[in-house]
Formats: sequence, C-alpha cells, structure tokens
Amino acid sequence: MNKTDILIAGVGGQGTILTGRVIAALAISEGLDVKTAETHGMAQRGGSVITHVRISEKVYSPLIPQGDGDILLSFEKLEALRWLPFLSPKGTVIVNTQELEPLPVLTGQVDYLTGILEEIGSKVKKLIAVDALSIEPVKANPRMVNTFLLGILAHIMPFDKGKWLTVMEQEIKAKLVEINKQSFEAGWQYVLSNSK
Amino acid sequence: MTGNEAIALGAYEGGVRVGTAYPGTPSTEILENLSRYPGVNCNWSSNEKTALETAIGASMEGARVLSAMKHVGVNVAADPLMTLSYTGVGGGLVLVSADDPGMHSSQNEQDNRHYARFAKIPLLEPSDSEEARDFVKYGLDLSERFDTPVILRTTTRISHSRSTLIPGEREEMEIPGFKKNPAKYVMLPGFARMRHPIVEQRLIDLQTEAEKNPLNRIEKGSGELGVVCSGIAYQYAKEALPEASFLKLGFSHPLPKKMVRQFASMVKEILVIEELDPFFEEQLLAMHLDVPVRGKDIFSLLGELGVEIIREKIYNIKPELIKIDGDIPARPPVMCPGCSHRGVFYTLRKLKLNVMGDIGCYTLGALKPLESIDSCICMGASVGTALGMARANPDSAEKTVAVIGDSTFLHSGITPLLDAVYNQAPITLMILDNGITAMTGHQEHPGTGTTLQGEAAPAVELETLCRSLGVKRVTAVDAFDLKEVRAVINTEIEVKEPSVIIARQPCIFLLTSFDEPLYIDEDLCNGCKACIALGCPALSFKDDKAIINSTICNACGLCEQLCRFDAIKYPVGEAGEDNE
Repeated sequence: MNKTDILIAGVGGQGTILTGRVIAALAISEGLDVKTAETHGMAQRGGSVITHVRISEKVYSPLIPQGDGDILLSFEKLEALRWLPFLSPKGTVIVNTQELEPLPVLTGQVDYLTGILEEIGSKVKKLIAVDALSIEPVKANPRMVNTFLLGILAHIMPFDKGKWLTVMEQEIKAKLVEINKQSFEAGWQYVLSNSK
Repeated sequence: MTGNEAIALGAYEGGVRVGTAYPGTPSTEILENLSRYPGVNCNWSSNEKTALETAIGASMEGARVLSAMKHVGVNVAADPLMTLSYTGVGGGLVLVSADDPGMHSSQNEQDNRHYARFAKIPLLEPSDSEEARDFVKYGLDLSERFDTPVILRTTTRISHSRSTLIPGEREEMEIPGFKKNPAKYVMLPGFARMRHPIVEQRLIDLQTEAEKNPLNRIEKGSGELGVVCSGIAYQYAKEALPEASFLKLGFSHPLPKKMVRQFASMVKEILVIEELDPFFEEQLLAMHLDVPVRGKDIFSLLGELGVEIIREKIYNIKPELIKIDGDIPARPPVMCPGCSHRGVFYTLRKLKLNVMGDIGCYTLGALKPLESIDSCICMGASVGTALGMARANPDSAEKTVAVIGDSTFLHSGITPLLDAVYNQAPITLMILDNGITAMTGHQEHPGTGTTLQGEAAPAVELETLCRSLGVKRVTAVDAFDLKEVRAVINTEIEVKEPSVIIARQPCIFLLTSFDEPLYIDEDLCNGCKACIALGCPALSFKDDKAIINSTICNACGLCEQLCRFDAIKYPVGEAGEDNE
C-alpha cells in the first residue's frame, strides 16, 4: 500500500493511544512497517494530545512531518483545527463534533471558536464530521468515541472489516472488547447509511 | 512495542535479575513493564540516587541489573554514578537516562550525553524500539567485559514511539554472589587513586571497541554530504536526506575517531544532526578534519528536531501548510475534576502567599486561573527554597509556604525539612498527600502500602515521620474543607518554628466509586463566577449562569463551599446536604 500517515487528536484521556495501537497492530499483521509516537505525562493531563501513526513499506521518523499527514482522526472539534497544519491539503479529516471546552474558555478568558467545521471543510479534500455522542452505543458510553471513529476510518483503509475486529480483540481489555466492537460497528454502519 | 517496553524486554532477555527506578516521564513504563517478567526482582525506589545505589549493590552481588530514570533523575543519581565509574561493576549494569528534548513533561531539557563523558563511561543511543532492546542486551555484555556501568540514553520519541520487533529468548544468568575486593569497591582516596588510571585506560580500550563495533556504521549514499547522527535524529535525517551518506552512531561515547576520519575521507562536507547540545560537533571540530563540519550554526540548540526542520534547513523546502484563521484557544494540562490540590491552591491564592512549589501534578497550580505557585526548581526544592527565604528574612516566613506532594516529599523533601528543624527556621510546609505518585501515572511509593510488584508493604505515616524529624507542629487537614485549610494555614504561618500541614484526600484515580455530581439551581445562581475561579474542568459559564458538566464532576464539593447563594446543590439524599 501507499504510505499512510494518520494523526489521532484529542484531549488527554480520550483514548488516542489505544486507537493508535489498534491501527498499528493491524498494519503490522499485514506485514507493513509501522511507527507511532504518543503523548504521555504532564502534557497529557486533560491537555491537547496527538498520536502519530505512520504506515508504509519502510518508516523512519515516528513523527509525521508537518503538511504530510493523510488522515486526521479527531475526537474533539477544536483539536481537529489545532492539528490541521500536520495534514496535507489533500488529506481527509474525520471529526467527532463534540465540544470540550479548554480551561481558558471555561474560565471566560476566550471564546470557543465558531465555524470550525466550515473552516476545516474549506481547507481539506474531504471532511467527515459526526456527532458520535448522539449515536448508540457512544450515547450510552461516551468513552467509545474512539472505536466509533475507527469504524469510520476503516472504510478508507485497505484492511478487511473482520481483521479490525480481530485486532480489537487482541488489543483491548477483555471486558471492554464487546462494547468497543459494537461501537466500531456503529461507525462502520454510519458510513454505509450516509453514503447512499 | 514502545521504546520503554523494548528496553524492559531487552533487560529480560539479557538476564537482568534486578530493576530499580523512581518514576519520571518519559522513563516510567520501563520498570512497570520489566516488573511483569518472571525472574526479575523490581522495586520503586524513593529517588534515583537510592535506585542507582540499589542497582550497584545488586551488581556487586553479581546480578545483571537495570536502573531507569528520566534525565533530571540522573542529576539526583550523579553522586554514586561518578564513583561507580571508578569501582566498576560485578554483574552487568545499565543505567537508562530518558531525556526529554522539547520538555513535554520536564522542567528543563538537559542533554545527558554529557554524563557519559563526565563519568568516562560508554554511551549507547538506540534509534528505535528494536535497537533499544538490542542495545540493552549489548550494554549488559559491554558492562561486564569492560567492568563499567553503561548509560543507555533515550529521548521521548524513542521512549514513547512504537516500532516493530520480534521477541527472543531469555538468557538465564546465575548470581555468583559478592566477592570481597576492597581495592575495587572501597573508594578511599588511596584505593580511588589506583582506580583512576584504570578508568582512563578503560576509556582508551572502549574507544577501540567502539571503532569496530557494529552499533556504529557507515551507510554510503550517493551524495557528497555526510551526516553524523545518533538516536532519533538518525531517523529524521534518514527520511529527510535519503541521498546523503551517514555515520550512524549507536555506541556514541567514546567517539570512534578512526571511523569519523574514515567517514570524513568519503564526503565533501560533514553535517552533524543532533538534538540539543553540539555533543558530537564539538568533538569533531576538535579533531580538525579535512572537511568542513557544520551543525549548530544550522540547527537549534532548543527542542526536538523533525523531518520538516531538516528539509527546510538543508533543501530550503517549506511544506505547503494549511493555515488556520485566528487564534486557537490553548488547551493547557489541568488538575482533574475532583482533584484535592485545587482547593489548597485556591486558598493560597486568596491568602496572597508566596508559594514555593515542587514537581508533580500540583505544579499545575502555577497555571491560570489558580496561578498560585511562585517557584519550581526540582524535586524537593520547595522545602529548601522556603528555608533559604527564612534565612534571608525571618519575617518572610509569615507570608510563605512550601508545597510538596507525598511522593516528592519522600523522594527528596525529608532532608531539607530536617535542615529546617535543625536550624529552627519558621517555615510552613504543606504536604499535599493524595496517596500516590500521580503525575507519572499512579505509581506506588513508601507511603502507599504496596510495592511495584503488588505486594503489601509497610506504609510510612507522614505525621509520625515529620514528628520524628523534630517538627513539633504537624497538622493533618481534609484538603476539601476550605475553611479548615485556610484556618490552619493562617495559624501555622505565624508560628515561629517549623510546621507541617498535611492536606489529605486521595487522588481521584484511586477512587473506585464516585458520589453523584452536583448541580446548579439556576434560580439561585446570580452569575458571580466565584466558582469558576477554581479552574475546575467540570464548571463553566453560559448565559450568566454557572453550569456543572455532570459527566465529569466528581463531587468534591469545593464549588459548593464557594457559592454564597447556595446555588450549587448536592443531589437530594446525598451526603453534604447539611453542609451549611
């Protein structure tokens, strides 16, 4: 396959690392070279976080060069905009439209930006924006945002759906596998029902 | 596998029997992972100095051993390290220094390659996870062959990047037991003088080893540009400059000088690509090579490199970047909703005190809106700096407090507190005891009652510990009781002797159940925004009313205490309803 550089953006605690790990494990099982880079520690505590996933025949840097990213998967709207410069203008953005207000907004110093989706849409080739929290099972369990978006991402990756589910079984804690698979399925179905 | 997981695997496969560390980003996961392998005895230490000393003892016993720490942790361990270079080892000893260029989670970005030169010991620098695993195993062997500790230096992008590798088999090693040898292990001046020439000769021998070592290699390219690099910089440079020739240094101190000269004869210009300091560049310049050497005149001394930076500096290629209109609100890290530190910092700010801070989650108290920390130097420095202020001006103690977390206090806050008692300085120390090493991801410590490997342990009692140091005034308070916290601070800062306040509530990550979230009675909320000043992520403000995000509120009740209009309510039937 061609090189695929995926950025996973979110707020510390939303599950960017796990998501990156699932994508990477699948690519490795397909015999591809993969490198990822994650955010840990103080930088993660409720802050803006980013995971880089690079897939190719041979990968050197674990960090995606700015302007080279192919796909931006964002669990939060403002974070999609923040990390957009890492994406190529030919890239695809998949974003959960949830708004998590950062502290300067919560305390009233600045306003959350308006028109974010319009701005992203005008600057990239493809934008898929979805309010994941309005769709079951994410509605019942907001922590499933990441696997729901994975279900959407799966449509633009060259791997079989069944392989995604197998890798999730290996990478996710046993008691959470089932709910995550349901969430992935919801994302998968979302694309099918919106592309008719 | 991440680099940290790979280092743990390398230690396991290399027959390591003992692992020691104090948690610190980006090194923490090394010991967490190593502790899960069978046959490896791992423990958290109170600090990096005791971690390295424990490793030294294990090595003297003949066991292979790994000690892991972040870059600033090596400063703490530097005292035993410098003399360990003289004594050498028994079983192989690898010290991992996890550096943090870019300061993702650190108070400085020091370049710990200097420690290898300083201590005159070998330095290994892996450039991905597979090398990290292999270099640990190689390092253990090198350590035993040359009777030396070995530094394995990683950076955040090695520690927390994942790349592929295939696990191998463990090499089982016997522990031969301690062999008395005072001339080697007792560093009295007379014995140490005899060891110093051995250290210098070892460095010469190590250089010979580095010359022929496969960890250092020349990759001939088609270009006339020669790149000298190590670690993650190799990966960035390899991607950015595919045509160049490379001298890839994995065994990077002592520098393989013959190899450098050979490389210089193959290229027209040498470009040293390294993060932070000109560590190789200065050594190359001192060799007076026949070709020009460039480096820091092109690349920054600050922060991390990246493929795009190298492309831009060398080829003047600037990527076509998507431009964002307007300013994106920052999303700084924050204390969690329900965090026990929040009320303490709110109170300190209200009291307009000078606050000597320290290293941990509570360092976030320096950020808006709490903005109540006035200094932060290193682990334990809060206590020492408060002591220094009192020495300079005894009256300052009435408007100064030192704050430190429980884990940090046990790491290096005890000795400066002892100094304060000894010198009867009237300082007030607040120990913010949330019962865990929180910032690095909730590791146990001598106060938690559990070891790294999950066994029950005696839990040190902070009150008893402080009293035993000679502090007569030790007061424990509920960190969520703002009135009490304020009253006790006001009392203790005026006292003319050292005093300790222990503000206690568990880190929310230790809680298994949570009370029902609080809510706002909109009819009573008059929009004064008093509650917003807490900087709690669960609290916001819209249309002149406060709002509580019920999905993240952990019901600590701090905001309820701040509301003068009784607009913040506990759910009916929950505890706290009678909190008038």
